[in-house]
Amino acid sequence: MNIKLKDIGPQLITVLAVVLIFGFFTYNAQVNMENRGIDFGYGFLSQESSFDVQFSLIEYDGSHSYFRAYLVGLLNTILVSVIGIILATILGVIVGIARLSPNYLINKFAAFYVEFFRNIPLLLQIFFWYFAALRALPLPQDAEPLLGVTFLTIKGYFVPAFIWENFNIFFYSVVAAIIAIIVIRINAKKLQETQGKQTPVLLISIGLLLILPLLSFLIGGVRLSFEVPVLKQLATTSFIYEGGVSLPPELIALALSLSLYTATFIAECVRAGIQGVGKGQKEAAASIGLTPNQVLKLVIMPQALRIIIPPTTNQYLNLTKNSSLAAAIAYPDLVLVFAGTALMQTGKAIEIVSITMFTYLSLSISISILMNWYNKKIAIQEK
Amino acid sequence: MFKYLKQFTSLVAVVAMLFTFTTETMAAKKSKTLKNTQKKGFVRCGVSQGLPGFSNADAAGNWTGVDVDVCRAVAAAVLGDANKVKFTPLSAKERFTALTSGEIDILSRNTTWTLSRDADIGLTFVGVNFYDGQGFMVRKSSGITSTSQFKNGISACTNIGTTTELNMRDFFNSRGISYEPVAFEKADEVVAAYDAGRCDTYTTDKSGLAAQRTKMKNPDEHIVLPETISKEPLGPVVRQGDSVWEDIVRWSLNTMIEAEEYGITSANADSMKTSDNPQIKRLVGAEGEMGAAFGLDNEWNLRIIKQVGNYGESYKRNIADTGILPDRGPNELWTKGGILYVPPSR
Repeated sequence: MNIKLKDIGPQLITVLAVVLIFGFFTYNAQVNMENRGIDFGYGFLSQESSFDVQFSLIEYDGSHSYFRAYLVGLLNTILVSVIGIILATILGVIVGIARLSPNYLINKFAAFYVEFFRNIPLLLQIFFWYFAALRALPLPQDAEPLLGVTFLTIKGYFVPAFIWENFNIFFYSVVAAIIAIIVIRINAKKLQETQGKQTPVLLISIGLLLILPLLSFLIGGVRLSFEVPVLKQLATTSFIYEGGVSLPPELIALALSLSLYTATFIAECVRAGIQGVGKGQKEAAASIGLTPNQVLKLVIMPQALRIIIPPTTNQYLNLTKNSSLAAAIAYPDLVLVFAGTALMQTGKAIEIVSITMFTYLSLSISISILMNWYNKKIAIQEK
Repeated sequence: MFKYLKQFTSLVAVVAMLFTFTTETMAAKKSKTLKNTQKKGFVRCGVSQGLPGFSNADAAGNWTGVDVDVCRAVAAAVLGDANKVKFTPLSAKERFTALTSGEIDILSRNTTWTLSRDADIGLTFVGVNFYDGQGFMVRKSSGITSTSQFKNGISACTNIGTTTELNMRDFFNSRGISYEPVAFEKADEVVAAYDAGRCDTYTTDKSGLAAQRTKMKNPDEHIVLPETISKEPLGPVVRQGDSVWEDIVRWSLNTMIEAEEYGITSANADSMKTSDNPQIKRLVGAEGEMGAAFGLDNEWNLRIIKQVGNYGESYKRNIADTGILPDRGPNELWTKGGILYVPPSR
């Protein structure tokens, strides 16, 4: 009995203190809001938002609800985060490896890039890329076509829209190809382990990914046509491209600056990971006759990844949270649309800020869980 | 178990009682905000982050503008010195939270009086110090001279968190024009993006357009279109629940407007004390007890007129002489063809 109380006592007190403090703030907020005549409630989410948003992945206009506006902002945040994470990872890995290059020029250039971009505040970089882009890009009527049918202008990057017929058949063919590749890979691994035979998995995979969708065009009745953007005159000196899809310059500038900034940190993680693998490992692998490519792929990277993944997870989280700086350059993310316009129109500060905080928390935790799962998967499996 | 529950509830009750006790003593007879203001020795005033003519700080940090003058008038009335104001620059998004949370006591930041703002979020509008309306600015070279020339696909730069966003939607929707709204958090970025050519038009209150035009690289390349698409009565706002403070701010503004109506200026205010007109005498504290109900002395309105001037002086100094909007339009007295009309001070 005695021992129990001694063990539990301090913990109980801590929990009680936390509950009391939290309760006090809640109570205080309630009293103050009541005194000032502010209602509390989430009912506004179903009301008509009556404002439009520049760029949305789902169908939305002002006649939809505030909840729909929230989803628009959330999806835009996820979109720029995913683009940013992919670009930052590719660039980070390249720069990280380049920093270890014996080539003086490549090595120093990578080092310069890392030191330069990670030491300038991100908000300044976002402003720089946005306003630099706005100054540098041509007006729609002056734009030269890029790749024949795309136009990079101050009002956005206009690309042709894909118009599919029987898109589902094409989609199934891609899914079938992916499943086939997974089966072949598993078999190839078995074959290697039991009989020591090597299968050209990569070649077969590429072949499957090309042939199956191609078949869907030839015999599946899939048709693809393009809607090319066409220049349209609005007024004497004001033009816009119509048709096709437009990527707003705000999205491009934000994704660019987020990935350039975060890539520097990922590059350092990659460098640390590779340098963290003992030199003996490389030499031993070379001595049993593995090619340099195989050494990197089979010996160094699997061990380096274990060091790289946890700090890189942090960078992914940072990138996602930093995407909230979008508000500065009019990219309609969660903060601009929901914690900005919607908050202003409704005045529901506590409700909207709490929802926004909870959303970022959930996003970050989802990324963490995903990365922890991957980290566990590649960790040393004790047998 | 029950025993502890009882003890806990009594503890909660004691804490709750402490709270009600303190709030009740503070909400004494006099206005809580007035009392705090006099104790602090300055009026806490929320203004814009820089809108020439309305609230704008010069290089030395001196604030000027018609919105600023409302706060100065209140300071002159309750503290005796129009300079005893602490200005807090606020974005459109922050302004109401700053007021309702008690960070500022007057919000005088070109804020549109609407039903939902007045009714919903713990605010009270006290009057109108500028009648405005939303308009559009375009580049002269575009050849557009009227909003009827707008076509599908037009892009419009604006600020988030203002009635502008809502009016813009109503305007384009009712005309069946599809448009691209590009909404920034701060006005400076809106101007920079529009100036760079990101948008075909820049939309906000017409007074704002006129003021921001002066910040453009080449102001002469831009014109404000004649159409006004909304009513934007701008005025000072106070927190709900302190009716004495609300009255002080309302009548400080009314005093400025009425002083102009009766020809009382900062220069002649003292000599007006001996006027034959009892209405003029009441406005300069020479007749009646016009301050007692607010808990102020009798010369509160005289100080406003002497230190800040009447509405016409304020308009001339801040908006007309700076070249922003030389023509007073609706912001002229009702006796001179405008719509400025305030209840009498008596």
